Amino acid sequence: MCLAVPGKVLEAENVGISRIAKVQFGGITRQVYLDFVPEVEPGDYVLVHVGFAISRVEPEEAERTYELLRQLEVEMPDEEPR
Amino acid sequence: MKYLDEYRDAGIARALATRIKGRVTRPWTLMEICGGQTHTIMRYGLPELLPPEIELVHGPGCPVCVTPLEIVDRAIEIASRPGVIFVSYGDMLRVPGSRTVKAGGGDIRIAYSPVEAVKIARENPGRAVVFFGIGFETTAPANAMAVWQASREGLTNFSMLISHVLVPPAMRLILGSPVNRVQGFIAPGHVCAVMGYQEYEALSAEFRVPIVVGGFEPVDLLESIAMLVDQLEDGRAGLENQYSRSVTRTGSATARKLMDEVFEVSDRQWRGIGPIAGSGYKLREAYAAFDAERVFGAGEIHVEEPAECIAALVMQGLKKPVDCPAFGTRCTPEKPLGASMVSSEGACAAYYAYRRHGVPA
Repeated sequence: MCLAVPGKVLEAENVGISRIAKVQFGGITRQVYLDFVPEVEPGDYVLVHVGFAISRVEPEEAERTYELLRQLEVEMPDEEPR
Repeated sequence: MKYLDEYRDAGIARALATRIKGRVTRPWTLMEICGGQTHTIMRYGLPELLPPEIELVHGPGCPVCVTPLEIVDRAIEIASRPGVIFVSYGDMLRVPGSRTVKAGGGDIRIAYSPVEAVKIARENPGRAVVFFGIGFETTAPANAMAVWQASREGLTNFSMLISHVLVPPAMRLILGSPVNRVQGFIAPGHVCAVMGYQEYEALSAEFRVPIVVGGFEPVDLLESIAMLVDQLEDGRAGLENQYSRSVTRTGSATARKLMDEVFEVSDRQWRGIGPIAGSGYKLREAYAAFDAERVFGAGEIHVEEPAECIAALVMQGLKKPVDCPAFGTRCTPEKPLGASMVSSEGACAAYYAYRRHGVPA
């Protein structure tokens, strides 16, 4: 139920009181409300739940933490887990 | 897809499992709250990757599961009235009350987003459009927006049947129990994306329990478990954020402002668990005209749950689905006896779907 999927904001426009974006998920695009992430710009990735972006994915933070995971993979002895 | 595929990497998952194995010196019982995380854990067979000292128990974070049968029956009753268009998230329509909402008859439509229900109301001024507004804090801003839009446009034919629940009061119930077994929690990442994690810092400090805000992919969950094990083995108890790519300490201020405008905290009944004080939302008085229970009258409905069901114990981490004599025999996703079997995100249903993973059939 709390499923949220990251997608890339292609373009955004103001429609009435809301800001609505075209967001790309893999091969498909969907309309997404940006009201809860006012700082988001085209090119950003957002986490989308029931048609609303609920947060902006921070690329620097994602890269930093993923790099640590990659390092761990290199450092850990290659054994089958119990 | 970016930010998904890399967190399903088998090599990193194995490295994390090896790291956890190297740190563990004694048994620890950990709970993930969110049903989406339960589903990932069972789907990817994570318990099999972990050392036997780590026991994962599964929390009550499946909103479809904990929606009381009385509200499901209320939904069926409203949906079957002439002139009503009843709109719901798809997974809620399959839950059997006395029967399922779908089988109850009427004009029933599935929506991906609650704003679609507002659109249907706009386009059908002669019909009463009712949206089944369920969910945790992740979904609350979207449901609040639907009510707010309808209010702003002056729609008089839109209302919402609400069963909104909150995570921290349920964690408090589990932690405050004299028989609590949970020694560390994975907090629900998408709830925290909206709410931030200050409430969880307070819980961690009050109960001296490690809490890690975790994501939803297998690597996210294994890293969260590794962070919890590090804290437990070091004798620390604090709040840490594994899901930092998407969760900040304060969450979305605009989402919370809108939720606060439309909703107020109320007591809620949790299916399988019972009443929990201050554990949900209802519409504020200013939005009473959009409350389906008021619009359609709230007669007393009482539904008896099968006494055999141990969902309450499962959802508080005191029992595993396989401890139940009815599991997989008298209780299946097609004919569920209780809360944790009714949705694919319930612990019992997840064990049933993926029980090849180290779960005795």
